[in-house]
Amino acid sequence: MTTLSISRQLLAEIVTHCREVYPCEACGILAGKNNVVQKIYRMTNIEKSGVSYFMDPKEQFAVMKEMREEGLEMTAVYHSHPHADACPSQKDVSLAFYDDAYYLIVSLIHESPLIKAFTIKEGMVKEVEIVT
Amino acid sequence: MAVKVRIPTPLQKLTNGQDEVETEAGTVMSLINNLDKQFPGIGERISEGGKVRRFINIYLNDEDIRFLRNEETEIKDGDEVSIVPAIAGG
Repeated sequence: MTTLSISRQLLAEIVTHCREVYPCEACGILAGKNNVVQKIYRMTNIEKSGVSYFMDPKEQFAVMKEMREEGLEMTAVYHSHPHADACPSQKDVSLAFYDDAYYLIVSLIHESPLIKAFTIKEGMVKEVEIVT
Repeated sequence: MAVKVRIPTPLQKLTNGQDEVETEAGTVMSLINNLDKQFPGIGERISEGGKVRRFINIYLNDEDIRFLRNEETEIKDGDEVSIVPAIAGG
């Protein structure tokens, strides 16, 4: 298994987003190439819930179009767990349609945010190393 | 002329890796049925019982079909259809 490469600055931006929408879940798309994240897109969680997220479909469509035009891939999807640990929930596993992307989860229950990345393929979850 | 359909990465296994395919004009539902004839198995990933699945978004050009006429939305030659699985979880 390969690793997910993302700069400390982008990780900090993700954490800022997650804290800003707390106690709701934050979600976003990480665009890049060859498992290296280059760009972060903050997305709207239309469910505005602390236990689930659903990315605004219109924003998602626009971002996917922009990534395609810029020659970028959807390297990863991130979301926060404001009240749970940094591992995929049952819902995360059953709704992980993009099995080529990494799923990054930010848990806010610890003293400092805990970030972990996973692949979720056909119900199988594997943790992936994050390289900064 | 035909209709261009953008296939999302999770469904490209069913289209032999193609990210764009062509099919005939018609309603959204007839387009899904035509796609399923060309690429068996893709239909049930997109729809169930004649309805587009809840976690699948379909766009006609830049418009979500839910804001048009849903499964009855007419697609003409030259249009572009995008199939976009939702990103959601808990």
